[in-house]
Amino acid sequence: MRTRLMTILALMALGITYAGGFRVALQGQRALAMGHTGVAVVNNAEVAFFNPAGMSFLEEKLSVSFGASAVFTNIAFQNEEFGYNTRAENPTSTPFNLYGTYKINEKLSLGIAVYTPFGSQVTYPKNWEGSHLINDIALRAIFFQPTISYKITDKISIGGGPIYASGSVNFTRNLDRSTTDVNGERLAVTIDQSGIGAWGYTAGMMFKPTEKLTMGINYRSEINVEARGGNADFQNIPENLQGQFADGTFDADLPLPAELSVGASYRFNDQWLVALDYNRVFWNAYDALNVSFSNGLESINPRNYQDSSVYRFGFQYIASELFTFRGGYYFDESPVQEGYFAPETPRNNSNNFTAGLSVNISDRFAIDASFLYVHFNEIDASYDFYQENGQTAPFGGTYKNNVFVPGLGITYKL
Amino acid sequence: MRKLLYISAALALFSSCEPEFNEPVDEVGFYDQGEVDLTNYVALGNSLTSGYADGALYLDAQQSSYPNILASKFALAGGGDFTQPLMNDNIGGLLLNGTPIAATRLVLNFDQNGNPLPVNLEGTPTTEVTNTLEGPFNNMAVPGAKSYHLVAPGYGNIAGIGTSANPYFARMASSSETTVLADAAAQNPTFFSIWIGNNDVLTYAISGGTGVDQTGNLNPASYANNDITDPNVFAATTSQVVSAMTANGAKGVVINIPDVTKIPFFTTVPNNALVLNAEQAQQLTLFFQAVAGITTQGLIDQGVPAAQAQQIASQYAITFNEGPNRWLIDTPASQTNPLGFRQMTEEERIVLTIDQTALRTAGYGSVAISNEVLQVLGKLQAGATITEAEAGLVLAAINGIDDKDALDNEEINAINTARSAYNTTLSGLAQQNDLILLDFESLYEEIVLSGYQYNGGEITTTFGTGGAFSLDGIHLTPRGYAVVADEIIRAINESYDANIPGVDPGNYPTIFVQ
Repeated sequence: MRTRLMTILALMALGITYAGGFRVALQGQRALAMGHTGVAVVNNAEVAFFNPAGMSFLEEKLSVSFGASAVFTNIAFQNEEFGYNTRAENPTSTPFNLYGTYKINEKLSLGIAVYTPFGSQVTYPKNWEGSHLINDIALRAIFFQPTISYKITDKISIGGGPIYASGSVNFTRNLDRSTTDVNGERLAVTIDQSGIGAWGYTAGMMFKPTEKLTMGINYRSEINVEARGGNADFQNIPENLQGQFADGTFDADLPLPAELSVGASYRFNDQWLVALDYNRVFWNAYDALNVSFSNGLESINPRNYQDSSVYRFGFQYIASELFTFRGGYYFDESPVQEGYFAPETPRNNSNNFTAGLSVNISDRFAIDASFLYVHFNEIDASYDFYQENGQTAPFGGTYKNNVFVPGLGITYKL
Repeated sequence: MRKLLYISAALALFSSCEPEFNEPVDEVGFYDQGEVDLTNYVALGNSLTSGYADGALYLDAQQSSYPNILASKFALAGGGDFTQPLMNDNIGGLLLNGTPIAATRLVLNFDQNGNPLPVNLEGTPTTEVTNTLEGPFNNMAVPGAKSYHLVAPGYGNIAGIGTSANPYFARMASSSETTVLADAAAQNPTFFSIWIGNNDVLTYAISGGTGVDQTGNLNPASYANNDITDPNVFAATTSQVVSAMTANGAKGVVINIPDVTKIPFFTTVPNNALVLNAEQAQQLTLFFQAVAGITTQGLIDQGVPAAQAQQIASQYAITFNEGPNRWLIDTPASQTNPLGFRQMTEEERIVLTIDQTALRTAGYGSVAISNEVLQVLGKLQAGATITEAEAGLVLAAINGIDDKDALDNEEINAINTARSAYNTTLSGLAQQNDLILLDFESLYEEIVLSGYQYNGGEITTTFGTGGAFSLDGIHLTPRGYAVVADEIIRAINESYDANIPGVDPGNYPTIFVQ
């Protein structure tokens, strides 16, 4: 099955997109199909995300793009020493994006971008071997970004805007590796909060030295999502321990890291365009996931992520007035250091293949489709910072993951 | 419509493209049973093999019995299904014709001062013994069984419960006259484990040595439950068991018997917990000087020469010190110890079930000093003479620990002599039949001395908090049983050239808080 699919992908010269940590790089069907390149590509309203400066290079008066993807994440875990063999039962998540740009005049454009660049949805079987680290997590952040772009000369433009992020988290794990109540139910905790607001910004510049070459740079700031007073629900707590594990609230910080993108695209002719992007994601901000509870308990979970890079390549081929084909590839470096491989985001370096096409169904409407396949090599890894009664109990084994992301979108122009 | 069909087909495709490992652990051939055949594993034993914990057999504990843990790992290396005579609930305890005959499990509660206190879980047992189960079961362990019970016909006869039969075996026996061994051997095991013999000394130990050491008596039918089994009886029955289990060439593991006097049931209440302040120590010392004096006088009155009387009575002039002092225990009165008590010695043990309130408040283990006794002591200190009745008051105040609440040196000796003989037998049987001997005796000594370390944790033999022993102080916790299972797997891997995955004790619970 796997081999056959690989063959099909290779034949179609496809490329792919997703990203390390809990970054979900699915911010546009057209860009995704081209290896999620875009900091130097002016294609449709998606540019409001990839590089706001590019909005004023759009030719249309009004451009609107909407897209959504279905993320199928498969996680397999095994441990040779103890014979564990577990597969996550992840629900399908559906990140989406909506962009609109409007040309006020030749120089000035306004836009709006709504997108979901971070998230994680992982569900392991209840009480699996690593349930003291995570049983399930649903993490999501929606970004709202009003955007402005100004063309300084015919060759240079700038753009940017503030970002309002609305985050939500729901996370469940067992309190330790073994304790149950008298009915055999494991002691667990769920933390839950939604609508956590936070602010950031994006800014970019685009440079077109020639008709064919475009260069771009974009920076999106870190946004620190600070959960305060979220709901903490302790489950299956014995009567005599109710005081110690009282339900209440929790506080936690989750930094959504800054990202710097630089790239270039080259239009060979009316049909062919290639793009190269480099992303630097400043994951260093994510040093720990620490949760403090209103009952006085604290959960200390070192993460110690390191800054990571993504190398992207994409191409576009306009076959006819009706069809445009795209493909791409990117290599996504994991921000996770050795010994910090926690099963809630079990991501090692990945090779990503993407493909897609647009169908111009009318002068104004186009359907955009994309597909991403994320390939992770099998990895032996462990999380070595879980402590129980003052002793460290590493948890690890072999992980093998993959992700399939079909996506569909629509572009409207006026 | 057709589009929908395509979409759902695509979705099915993506979710079925599961990642595959280069060497999946669940693929046949990844693990290996080596020179043994694990397809039909049968376990023989007593409560320790049944999963019994917290003073009861109950569902969750059975799931963590070491044979069941073993079987779950065997299954990855070619092992077959493993069945157990499961209880009906997590309450524990048994009903016989609707009447409770075994208590519910112990759970940890706390008294009004916040001190931990094991209590029986509230509730009525729902496991009715007369609802006999459809066997046979791979786990043939019978809580309470001694070596000779495995070959005793009628041990599963419901009519004999309370006398010659065992309710746990009655639940699963194939007939009222069958034996445990017959039902086990009839399953044609390809692999077996035997851990029997604990109860042959343990019931004696738990009774505080009130039973009889039956060494020399070859007729187990004449034994009472609290007696020590004769080592020859043990040898004969275990030989018979091993012969029957190996009849078809099955391999197996034999587990030997640890020092039962070092389980928390005997090590939790210290033998020197008589903690005194300076004043109390002085008062007690004076009291026993008075006892020595009264005894001297009494012996002289009975015609014992004065020097001899003084010498005999001097054993009662016990000096007590500020801080911890050893308890007094009752011993049979004799010519050399006419009052029948003495102070405990270093190696002697107190049972966990002793009335600790009486120890703390009623002078149990020392002296029950009343005001009347104090008055008599005052008279003596003032140099006045006392009446015989007053002397009697003093002697009657001595409140030594009863035989049933302590293990003295002689009793400990009897237990260990028999146990050593059993272990010699078990070693011999293992060697003669090419079976694995799991030296649990040595392993347990090590755990007593320095605990047992596993990934991210440790168990010790400390009662309650140590993690090895359940709340009855006798039986292991699920985590303790997991350690046993892991040790057995290591032994099989080593001896039989097998590769069976191990057990992580950290994933198994210890005690349960209410």
